[in-house]
Amino acid sequence: MSALLTLAWRSAWNRRATLSLVLLSVALSTFLLLGFEQVRTDVRENFSQSVSGTDLVVGARTGSVQLMLYSVFRVGGATNNIRMSSVEAIAQHRAVAWVVPLSLGDSHRGYPVLGTRAEYFKRFLYGEREPLALAEGQAFADGIDGLYGVVLGAEVAQALSYHLGDRLVLSHGGGGLPGAEHADKPFTVVGILQRTGTPVDRTVHISLESMEAIHLEWVGGAPMPGMRIEPDQARKFDLAPKQVTAALVGLKSRAAVFNVQRFVADYEGEALMAVLPGVALDELWDVVGVGEKALMGMSAMVALVSLAGLVAVVMAGLNERRRELAVLRAVGAGPRQVLLLLAGEGLLITLAGAVLGALVTALFIALAAPWVQMEYGIALKLGAPSVSQWTLLAGVVIAGGVASLIPGWRAYRMSLADGLSPRV
Amino acid sequence: MIELREVRYAWPHAASDCLAIDTLSVGAARTLFLHGPSGAGKSTLLGLLAGVLLPRAGSVSLLGTRWSDLSGSRRDAFRADHVGYIFQQFNLLPYLSVLDNVLLPCRFSALRRQRASEDAGSPEARAKQLLQSVGLSALLWARPAAQLSVGQQQRVAAARALIGRPEVLIADEPTSALDADLRDSFLALLLDACRSSGSALVFVSHDERLAAHFDERLSLTAVNHASASASAHACGEDAVA
Repeated sequence: MSALLTLAWRSAWNRRATLSLVLLSVALSTFLLLGFEQVRTDVRENFSQSVSGTDLVVGARTGSVQLMLYSVFRVGGATNNIRMSSVEAIAQHRAVAWVVPLSLGDSHRGYPVLGTRAEYFKRFLYGEREPLALAEGQAFADGIDGLYGVVLGAEVAQALSYHLGDRLVLSHGGGGLPGAEHADKPFTVVGILQRTGTPVDRTVHISLESMEAIHLEWVGGAPMPGMRIEPDQARKFDLAPKQVTAALVGLKSRAAVFNVQRFVADYEGEALMAVLPGVALDELWDVVGVGEKALMGMSAMVALVSLAGLVAVVMAGLNERRRELAVLRAVGAGPRQVLLLLAGEGLLITLAGAVLGALVTALFIALAAPWVQMEYGIALKLGAPSVSQWTLLAGVVIAGGVASLIPGWRAYRMSLADGLSPRV
Repeated sequence: MIELREVRYAWPHAASDCLAIDTLSVGAARTLFLHGPSGAGKSTLLGLLAGVLLPRAGSVSLLGTRWSDLSGSRRDAFRADHVGYIFQQFNLLPYLSVLDNVLLPCRFSALRRQRASEDAGSPEARAKQLLQSVGLSALLWARPAAQLSVGQQQRVAAARALIGRPEVLIADEPTSALDADLRDSFLALLLDACRSSGSALVFVSHDERLAAHFDERLSLTAVNHASASASAHACGEDAVA
C-alpha cells in the first residue's frame, strides 16, 4: 500500500505542471467553502456580541428585526418615533431597572449620530457583558452642561483622525444634501471610546438635549427660513426631548421579561413594541439563512466543478499512461492495484488541494481581518478550523476520493483488457 | 518449468481461435528462442505464459501450478514472484530513478525481495550488482530512467527482470529497438545473467539470426496449428480494437 502511494506520488510529481493546475482549482474551491463558512460564523458571532445586558428594545410598532437593525446596528431607519412620555411610563414599571432612550436620524460624514443619555455609557454592554470604556476624555453630561459635546466611537475617531477638542459639524439626516447641515451649532469632541468591534465604534454620540438644540429651528426636515438661534441662545429653550426613536430597557429580573413585553405591547398611549434582542436576532438569521444557503450551495457547486476537472485531467492522461500501467502489470501489480494507484493519485491531489485551501483561508483571514474590521466592523477570527470547517474539508476530500474512483475504474478495465500488451 | 497442454485461445469477440498449441514445454534454466512473423500470436502466447491471459481450453502451468487454478489476484502475486518480463521498449517508469526501476519487482513481491537480500545483503545492494553486471555505470543509477538511451534502458529492464531470481524470464523482442552491436552485446549479457541466476528464458524475436545462441528454437507458425489464415487475422494487431 505504501509502495503504491509512493508510486502514485512519483508519477503525479512527474506530471506536476498539469496536476498543479487541478490542485489549485481544488484549493480555490476549498478556500471558498472555508472562507464563506468563516465569514458567516464570524458575522453571526459579531451580531450577537453587539448587545448584551439589554433585556428589551422598545420602539414604534414595526417588524422586530427592523427595530433591532435600526436601534442597535444602525442599519435602515425608523418609520415612527415614540413619545418621551411613553418611555417614562415604561421606566415607571416596577420590574424595570433602567431605560436608556435612543434618538437617531442624523449623521456625520456617513457615520450615524446617536442622541442618548450619559447613562448609556454605563448601561450599554456588549460581548460577554463588557461595558463601554473611554480611551480618552469623558462622557458628556446630561442637560445644559453637556450641550455640544460629542463622544466618538473608536473607528470614527481613527478614520477621520479626530482628537479631543476638535470641532465638528453634524448633518441632518443621512447627510449629503447641501444646506442640510447643522453648521450653526458645531460640536466639540469630549471623549473617544475604546474599540469594541460593535456598531458603537461607528457611532457619534451626543446628548438628547444637544439633539433637541440643533433641531430647534427645524420643522419637517428643513430649517425654517429667517429663523436663527445662536448656540448660546439655545440654552434658554426647553431642551427636554419630546420624542425619541427607541429605548433600551434593563429589568430587575429577567423573569419579568414577558410581563414587561406585554405591558409595552398593551400600552394605551401609542402603538409600541418591545423585542428580546436574542429572539429578534434568531429571526434575522432565519431571513439571512436563505441567502447563506444559496451562497453555500454555490460554493459547493464550485467544489464539484473543480473535482470534475480533476477527473477529466486524470482521465485524459490515462491513455498516455497505458504503457506505464502495462509495466506495472509486468512487475506484478494487479488490476486492483492499478485502480488504487489512480484513485490514490486523485485522492492525493484533493488532499493537497484541501490543505492548500485551508492555508490560503488562514492567510486570507490574517491579511484581510484588519481591513474587514475597519470597513465593516466585523472581527474575523484566525484560529484552528471549526467543526463545520472540518466537516467541509472532510467533505471535499471524500468527494475527491470518490470522484477519483472513476479514472481508477477506467484504468482497472484498461489493464484487464490490455494485459501486458498496451494498445497505444 | 513451463507446460502447455491442448491450449486454445481466442480473443474476446473473435470468431476463430488465434492460438492452438498441443504441447510446449520449457525445462528449468533452459533458454528457448521463439520466432514467428508478426501476427502469428507471439504476444498472445506470452500473455498466456505470464498468466495475464487464460486459455479458452487446455492448460498453461508454471512451476507445476496451473494459471487457471489461481484467482486473479493470486495470479498477479504468482507472476510477481516467479516471472521477469522484458518489453520490446519503454520498459521503465520514466519518473523513477534507474535504481528504483530495478527495485520495482521487490515492491510487489516479498519472495523476490527476500531472494535479492539473500543474494547481496539487501535488495538495493543486489540491484546495484545487477546494474553493474549489465554494464551500467554507477553515475547513471540515480538518474530518472527517461534520460537513458534505448540500449541503456533495455539493460536496466534486464536487471529488473532478473532481480530476486525469478524462475522464468520472458523477453518480448527486447532487441528489436537496438542496432546490431548493441543487440549482440545485450543478448550475450542476458543469456549470461540467466545462466548465473538459473532462470529459464523465453525469448521472442522475428530475427532468426539470434537463434544459434539458445538451447532450443521453436517456430510459432509450426506449433500453432490454428489455421494459418484465420490466426493471422485473429491475432493481428487490430484483432481486438
